[in-house]
Amino acid sequence: MTLVQAETTAVRRPTAGKRRLGVPKTVLNGLSVLIGIGVWWGFAVSGFDIPAPPAVAERAVELIADGTLAEDAAASLVRVFTGFALGVLLAVPVGFLMGWYPPVRALVEPWIQFFRTIPPLAIIPLAIVLMGIEETPKIFVIFLASFLSCVIATLQGVVNVDRTLLNAARVLGAGDRVIFARVVIPASSPFILVGMRVGLGSSWATLVAAELIAAQQGLGYRMQSAQLYYDLPTIFVGLISIGVLGLAMDRLLLLAERRLTSWQETR
Amino acid sequence: MITIEHVRKVFPLQGSEFVALGDVDLELADNEFVTVVGPSGCGKTTLMNILAGLETPTSGRALVDGEPVTGPGPERGVIFQQYALFPWLTVRKNVEFGLRTAGVPRARRREIADRFIALVGLERFADALPKTLSGGMKQRVAIARAYAVGPSILLMDEPFGAVDAMTRVRLQEQLLTTWSQEKRTVVFVTHDVDEAVFLANRVIVMAADPGRVSEIIEVDLPYPRTEEIRLSAPFATLRNRVWSAVHRHEAPVR
Ligand SMILES: Nc1ncnc2c1ncn2[C@@H]1O[C@H](COP(=O)(O)OP(=O)(O)OP(=O)(O)O)[C@@H](O)[C@H]1O
Ligand SMILES: [Mg+2]
Repeated sequence: MTLVQAETTAVRRPTAGKRRLGVPKTVLNGLSVLIGIGVWWGFAVSGFDIPAPPAVAERAVELIADGTLAEDAAASLVRVFTGFALGVLLAVPVGFLMGWYPPVRALVEPWIQFFRTIPPLAIIPLAIVLMGIEETPKIFVIFLASFLSCVIATLQGVVNVDRTLLNAARVLGAGDRVIFARVVIPASSPFILVGMRVGLGSSWATLVAAELIAAQQGLGYRMQSAQLYYDLPTIFVGLISIGVLGLAMDRLLLLAERRLTSWQETR
Repeated sequence: MITIEHVRKVFPLQGSEFVALGDVDLELADNEFVTVVGPSGCGKTTLMNILAGLETPTSGRALVDGEPVTGPGPERGVIFQQYALFPWLTVRKNVEFGLRTAGVPRARRREIADRFIALVGLERFADALPKTLSGGMKQRVAIARAYAVGPSILLMDEPFGAVDAMTRVRLQEQLLTTWSQEKRTVVFVTHDVDEAVFLANRVIVMAADPGRVSEIIEVDLPYPRTEEIRLSAPFATLRNRVWSAVHRHEAPVR
């Protein structure tokens, strides 16, 4: 299997790649990163008030060496994963119920649509007043962000299940429960996974912003306190870490999505 | 025995009503092979869905062995016009689906599934996902899946519609072979007049708007049906009769 795949990619790449530029995609990706850093360096030396890459790298090494970066990243990641996991765990059953029972949908959907229009960050003042300044309000906001995007996706998934598949299962003797477990869940899984990816993205963005407002630890907090001392290199390290971690999480979910939904026709 | 008593089916259509089936009366004997032909939209699928228990008639009723049909049942196997395979299951798992819901143990399930996969000639694709199969292969999986549960009635909605002419002939012969070995009642919808005559004891010709049975033509050709029969003069006569029956009743273009 892997051999066959390796062969097809090996065969495909020259024809697809050569016709355009003759350079493999990864080389171009790497080149693009280098050019980006070069441009950044250029701005730094030509009088813009930003730190040059070496200064930022130096600060990164310091923050890694004294463990601050790892601690901050861990604090942020724990918050994200807790809130995200809770959000998804609640969103999937709620989304299924809404899709399966129209009355449930009619009762719940107005609230979901309403809260969806409020940026999660706007909930922070209320959450802090009600829940204090500890972890709870931050996790709650993440929970809300991931719940809202995931519940809509699950609902979409259930509503979109092909009627003929439901009928096929019924004539093969499946009752409601079997249909649910063996048709509705797998059929809507692609939607759910997309919802999870969107949810994780908005969770991450929301969390970092939440940490800017109120936290004693975390990547957002580190940047916020660096701002007080005009410590630009630390802010840059924070920004880059946020981007890299966010990208890594997204890629991981994308990989899971590809794996779990490779049965789909459209790919 | 299948009895269809004054079945009407009316669908709402943009504020008014659309009569998909207007008063259909039919009686099918046990182990009969009946084909249904008629123009597109004459209610063939609707009739099948009513027999399958997936749709309820607006008035009238369908009975199987004297019992009114109220929902799907394992004694009625259905092969849908669209393949309706579960795309996330392999060919074998698709074929095993009905056996699993019936609680057949794993080893037995696999044995039965493999037998029917072989019957439709897909042994090499037993572990393939539906997306890697051609339309005709998918339809054969659907056939194997319906057979596997061992229904006494098979409702087949244009099962060979997407199959090439050669495979089609082979599947027709296979279908007749299995039918003569394990007799069951078959209701088989098709657009193909040749196919309708080749397979059936009786051809039911339907007309559209409102959907109704316009003619029933007995096919008194002997089984097993062979190539010879297909090329014979009585076959040609019957085919012409069915053909003109279909066209005579074709709905006027609105
Ligand atoms: N769920 C539905 N709602 C509204 N109208 C419907 C519905 N199902 C079928 N109809 C209508 O009933 C008529 C008969 O449909 P049906 O699918 O039974 O036709 P058919 O004979 O199977 O046609 P084909 O040969 O094209 O498959 C069609 O005109 C269709 O528009
Ligand atoms: Mg049809």
